[in-house]
Amino acid sequence: MSRYIATRAIRGANRIVKEAEDLFEKALAEHGPDTKVAFPNTGYYLPVILGITGTEVERLGGLKPVLEHARSLLHPVPKERFWTPYLGEALDCGIATLLAEEVIMGIRFVYGEQPERLPGFRLAGGTFTSPDESAQEAIEGRVNGPIDDIQLRSWGIQLVDGRMPGFAAIIGAAKSNEVAVKIVRELQMRNILVFLCGNVNGRSIIHQLMEEGVELGYDTYTVPFGTDTISAIYAAGFATRAALTFGGKKGGQTREIFLYNKFRVFAFGLALGEVDDLKYATAGGVISYGFPVIADTVIPEILPTGVTQYEHVISMPFDDIEGKDDLERATRLVQRCIEVRGVKVKIAEIPIPIPYGSAFEGERVKRADMRIEFGGKYSRAFEYLRMRGLDEVEDGKIEIVGPGFEDVEEGGYMDLGIVVEVAGRKMQEDFEPVLERQIHYFINGASGVQHIGQRDIAWIRVSKSAAEKGLTLRHFGDILYARFHSDFEAIVDKVQVTIYTEPEELKKWLEIARAAYDVRNKRLVEMTDESVDTFYSCTLCQSFAPNHVCVVSPERLGLCGAYNWLDCKASHQINPTGPNQPVPKGEPLDSDQGYWQGPINFVYEHSNHTVERVSMYSIMENPMTACGCFECIAMVIPEANGIMVVSREDPSMTPAGMTFSTLAGMAGGGLQTPGVMGVGKYYLASKKFIKPDGGFKRVVWMSSFLKESMAEELKAVAEREGDPDLIDRIADERYVTTVEELLPWLEEHDHPALKMPPIL
Amino acid sequence: MTGNRTIDPAAAEMLQRAEEMGISTAFSRAEEMKPCPIGSTGACCKNCAMGPCRLVGKHDRGICGATRETIAARNFARMVAAGASAHSDHGRDMALTLLAAAEGEAPDYEIRDVNKLLEVAQFLGVKTEGREAMEIAKETAEAALAQIGQQKGELLYLQRAPEKRQEIWRKAGVAPRGIDREVVELMHRTHVGTDQWYESILMAALRNALSDGWGGSMLATDITDILFGSPVPLTADVNMGALKEDEVNIVVHGHEPTLSEMILVAVRDPEMIEYAKSKGAKGINLTGICCTANETLMRQGVPTIGNFLSQELAMVTGAIELMIVDIQCIMQALVPLADQFHTRLITTSPKAHIEGATHVEFDEHRALEIAKEIVKMGIDNFPHRQDAHIPKEINHLVAGFSHEYINYALGGFYRGSFRPLNDAVIQGRLRGVAGVVGCNNPRTCHDASHEYITRELIKNDVLVAMTGCGAIAAAKYGLLSPEAAKYAGPGLREICETVGIPPVLHVGSCVDNARILTTLSQMATEGGLGEDIADLPAVGFAPEWMSEKAISIGSYCAGSGVYTIMGSESPLANSPLVDRFLSEGWEERIGGKLEFIADPEEAVEKALEHIDKKREALGLEEYDPSRFGRSGDRRMEEWLALLEKGEPVSLYREPRLK
Ligand code: SF4
Ligand code: SF4
Ligand code: SF4
Ligand code: SF4
Repeated sequence: MSRYIATRAIRGANRIVKEAEDLFEKALAEHGPDTKVAFPNTGYYLPVILGITGTEVERLGGLKPVLEHARSLLHPVPKERFWTPYLGEALDCGIATLLAEEVIMGIRFVYGEQPERLPGFRLAGGTFTSPDESAQEAIEGRVNGPIDDIQLRSWGIQLVDGRMPGFAAIIGAAKSNEVAVKIVRELQMRNILVFLCGNVNGRSIIHQLMEEGVELGYDTYTVPFGTDTISAIYAAGFATRAALTFGGKKGGQTREIFLYNKFRVFAFGLALGEVDDLKYATAGGVISYGFPVIADTVIPEILPTGVTQYEHVISMPFDDIEGKDDLERATRLVQRCIEVRGVKVKIAEIPIPIPYGSAFEGERVKRADMRIEFGGKYSRAFEYLRMRGLDEVEDGKIEIVGPGFEDVEEGGYMDLGIVVEVAGRKMQEDFEPVLERQIHYFINGASGVQHIGQRDIAWIRVSKSAAEKGLTLRHFGDILYARFHSDFEAIVDKVQVTIYTEPEELKKWLEIARAAYDVRNKRLVEMTDESVDTFYSCTLCQSFAPNHVCVVSPERLGLCGAYNWLDCKASHQINPTGPNQPVPKGEPLDSDQGYWQGPINFVYEHSNHTVERVSMYSIMENPMTACGCFECIAMVIPEANGIMVVSREDPSMTPAGMTFSTLAGMAGGGLQTPGVMGVGKYYLASKKFIKPDGGFKRVVWMSSFLKESMAEELKAVAEREGDPDLIDRIADERYVTTVEELLPWLEEHDHPALKMPPIL
Repeated sequence: MTGNRTIDPAAAEMLQRAEEMGISTAFSRAEEMKPCPIGSTGACCKNCAMGPCRLVGKHDRGICGATRETIAARNFARMVAAGASAHSDHGRDMALTLLAAAEGEAPDYEIRDVNKLLEVAQFLGVKTEGREAMEIAKETAEAALAQIGQQKGELLYLQRAPEKRQEIWRKAGVAPRGIDREVVELMHRTHVGTDQWYESILMAALRNALSDGWGGSMLATDITDILFGSPVPLTADVNMGALKEDEVNIVVHGHEPTLSEMILVAVRDPEMIEYAKSKGAKGINLTGICCTANETLMRQGVPTIGNFLSQELAMVTGAIELMIVDIQCIMQALVPLADQFHTRLITTSPKAHIEGATHVEFDEHRALEIAKEIVKMGIDNFPHRQDAHIPKEINHLVAGFSHEYINYALGGFYRGSFRPLNDAVIQGRLRGVAGVVGCNNPRTCHDASHEYITRELIKNDVLVAMTGCGAIAAAKYGLLSPEAAKYAGPGLREICETVGIPPVLHVGSCVDNARILTTLSQMATEGGLGEDIADLPAVGFAPEWMSEKAISIGSYCAGSGVYTIMGSESPLANSPLVDRFLSEGWEERIGGKLEFIADPEEAVEKALEHIDKKREALGLEEYDPSRFGRSGDRRMEEWLALLEKGEPVSLYREPRLK
């Protein structure tokens, strides 16, 4: 601390706690103690309160002890002379501030005042399937408010696989709109998640970005929480839930939650513009999470370390930053923030005229903003990657066969084929699909370019502004060339890209590609757990869930859905000491039950000796653990003699009496909980899916999202199981959300599980 | 003739007054009586009636054949035994008080720090779950007493040391088995014709010292915290200016807080205050001297009027109605001195009578009643005050740094830890840490070494913890005030400003040196600074030591792995071998060492050398103060000052002073 900061933080804390108490009394009088208090779509109650105090607040009355605790953490401001120490005291006041702020937000939800209204604002967000589906667009006129659990989880995997290095909580308003945009762009370019809140004299960075037409929402990694300081609490809530979800911490393990964040969540606060008492007080709370705070104005600095990993508070008066103009200063500011938090950013220099980074992956290009489209409804686009001999590939060669899109009318379309040829001493044919799938991420990273799908159902759009900045087809080649080299240097020595628009050539290559897709499909389908003698581990998520190990076999992919056996194999080749290690199957103890000595030993060793025995398949006996990144949760419904599967896209109530969010708390954290298991969705279609427990026929309920998004695969499963109507016999949230409704439904639809031997 | 006697202006003023009044003091007596040149080098032995033997000149054996080495080692060992017994007996009394309180026999005492009770209970193997505090307290007291009387095995508190340290102790055979046993055994070993190999004697002395530091003293501190609360920072006054012209001045002096805490209750009693007023006083002013002062200062903020060498001088003010003393460091000279003034001297401990003083025996069963009785004697004495002269000298300090609080201070309720402290040392903001403790000694200029060494250390970015009379000394010169950060090096200043602490931390009385041990232990286990106390860039000093307790303290610090410097010529100078063994011999066996260095400049030099050596061994960056000092409030203050002056300032620009 510094005495100045401590004084202001403590003063701010005393004031906000009082404000929360007053608001609480008012709400109590107007609504009564039994009124529900909750943030939407989260299984973590009021998350900061849950994390810090361990209390599961569900009703207004439950806030009272929270406020009492907050008050007990307050201290008087340090004296002018002969002061007593203030660091611990100010940090406690910071915690009191966070508690008070969350209480206030909880009550504001009761009054319908959250998410905050912001006239004219339009959120770009939600899970998206098509760029034109305007129904998916979020509610108009409100900012985002707290992040829901679904989004938390989907970012979880990006946080662990390094696509997302951390998050920045920006509070206040930048010196100018221009600077605001630049700062956010710089962060986006580094794939750093940006949370926006607060204001300076009523003006918020949210206003600034809105005025500049910057798209804000989940898809662009920029989440507007609210235009006041209090809404910064949602960033603390996100951090707390990261520890609860991925770290397996429990509410009330306050110190552990804070330390988890200090060591594993790379986040920082960036205070733009004047810092007032409440901001200092909030910063006091944020520092307890180990997050440093950087200001662009003159404030005292706290450079010694300890509570945070690096410096605690840094002041970089904006005009004193070296740089030829404000934009350059903004870049420097962001660079310094990253240094202070020790965020590791790997950024490939891509020689293209538009910003580039994963933060732009989620960007969509609306039809109205579109310069050109490849694939989709009116045209065809495909991508194909193959390996060649070292002397058959000319490294760096990028060739365009056919015309560019310069002559196509605005908003028009054309056919496109992208063929990538790679060579490398360690390259194997098995890696082709793994590398090919990267094309999606690579192309998508360009700002103003949108990529959906893969293989011959690829669909690419280029925005007008990207085209205006000079983007051409050749730049796709530049991107792919640069990224394959930087991301796969261990296996790729040479890369050559050819882009086809000339119809004849394109047709020819499409045939070649399709033949290759076919061969690959068969290879993957034909591969079984019996046909290999090595499985692969994935411990990528241990950076978040230290005891969790995924064992990935040909017939069971990682629970996040991002790694199948081939991916792991390739990744092991690419990085032999990395998180994917071969796990020799070893002695088959009972292969039907999914027990091999190899995986058992491996998991025991790598789970810090917490998981003694693991089955590759069962949900009932020694199930595989989960970290929190799961695509679906499977859970036994004893009454129905079967299991249900809920997907993370599904926010509805399930027959287990819990939503995905609440269930996730039970399934994650690297613990074995018989009867509950996190899985990747394609595991559902595997022959080995809960084989010891009766297999797919046990599924009595599943989210309709799964039925729809995996229609093909599930149809094949039904046929394999000898019951073509099987999928229709399975209930989903459109018909059934309670166990009481489930049973009659199953009877009515004659579900096979009812006649199976007891699952318990 | 006060020039080189003291650096404390208040003390100097009173020395002058004493001289004018023809009163003798320790200062004048020290000038009149030079130390015996034979005894002061550890050359004489009077352990049996064949002697005393003086091993000087051509005599290199005593009548029994004892060598210089044996005799020097025995003298040293007996100092350790006496010092350790004083601390440990103090610990025993605290445990007995706790027991009496828990059994309901000392109704005026309560458990003020339940958390500490639970923590101590756990260390002592007392079950806590689902039990009443008083029940736990009773068993904890009994367990503490059992530790004191334990005959076999190991003291439980040794577990509080880093594992590596414990192993070193075990390997060297110095892990104490009990507390009383170690004292008794050491006395036995030094009896004529018993242990007659200096190495063996000095290792036994080490074990006895450790039974003080990690036993008696630590128990005393812990139980005092349980009964009277673990200290938290507070502001207080120091030096004789805290005496009041128009109030009844009552001074507590000695070591035990049991009585003084009750005296404090009594002086705050409205009835007593009324009574004082009826005698013409405006109120009752309680102040302290020596470690009783430290105890009441740390927990209650009672002003301290001076340290060991001020006890007589305070009386010379003629403004003290009543001085209440208990045990240790009370000069017998106070009795004839009190006779010169209206001051009444009250002895209270059944163990410490002084001929000619009024004895009111303290009994914890009727604690408050006795306290009131004594206070009333003081009030009754107020009208007899005559020509009084109170020096104006007064300073302010922040005290109250228990290691529990330091842990809290560095991160708050949820994030408290020693991480920031360790980080600071690792990065070189702090060059190292030091304990500066101990007495005054009229053989050297009063307070001068304390002041010099402390100032030099903080200037060199060494964070200092102090106890006892040393702490009072530094407080008098403003070094215990948070504003003293301006005297610190740039790195230490940053730490002070970050946490809000003074560069010198007052951690308590002499028994509270145990807090330094637990603090060092926590630093060693926090990580990044090795795995043992001996790995830390840490040093200990007792610059003006005089008591046998100081020798015990110095030995247990060395025994815990710290380089400890005693500020005097060696009292064992007659045997260079013994001197060397305390230094090199101990260092080789247990990693810490004890050296006698009279020159404070040399002491600081050697200490810094040692710190840098340890830093290097840890692979830490070389100490370079120029890298630090940027953070803190200064820039903000400048900015605000410019704003105030109406100069044009921008939030986005550093203030630029013209
Ligand atoms: S496979 Fe498992 S460990 Fe690896 S990223 Fe996916 S969920 Fe995490
Ligand atoms: S020689 Fe020893 S016994 Fe004799 S006076 Fe000196 S110290 Fe005392
Ligand atoms: S013990 Fe030995 S050295 Fe000591 S006084 Fe007796 S005879 Fe002399
Ligand atoms: S420091 Fe020394 S003089 Fe002061 S009280 Fe302690 S033992 Fe006595």
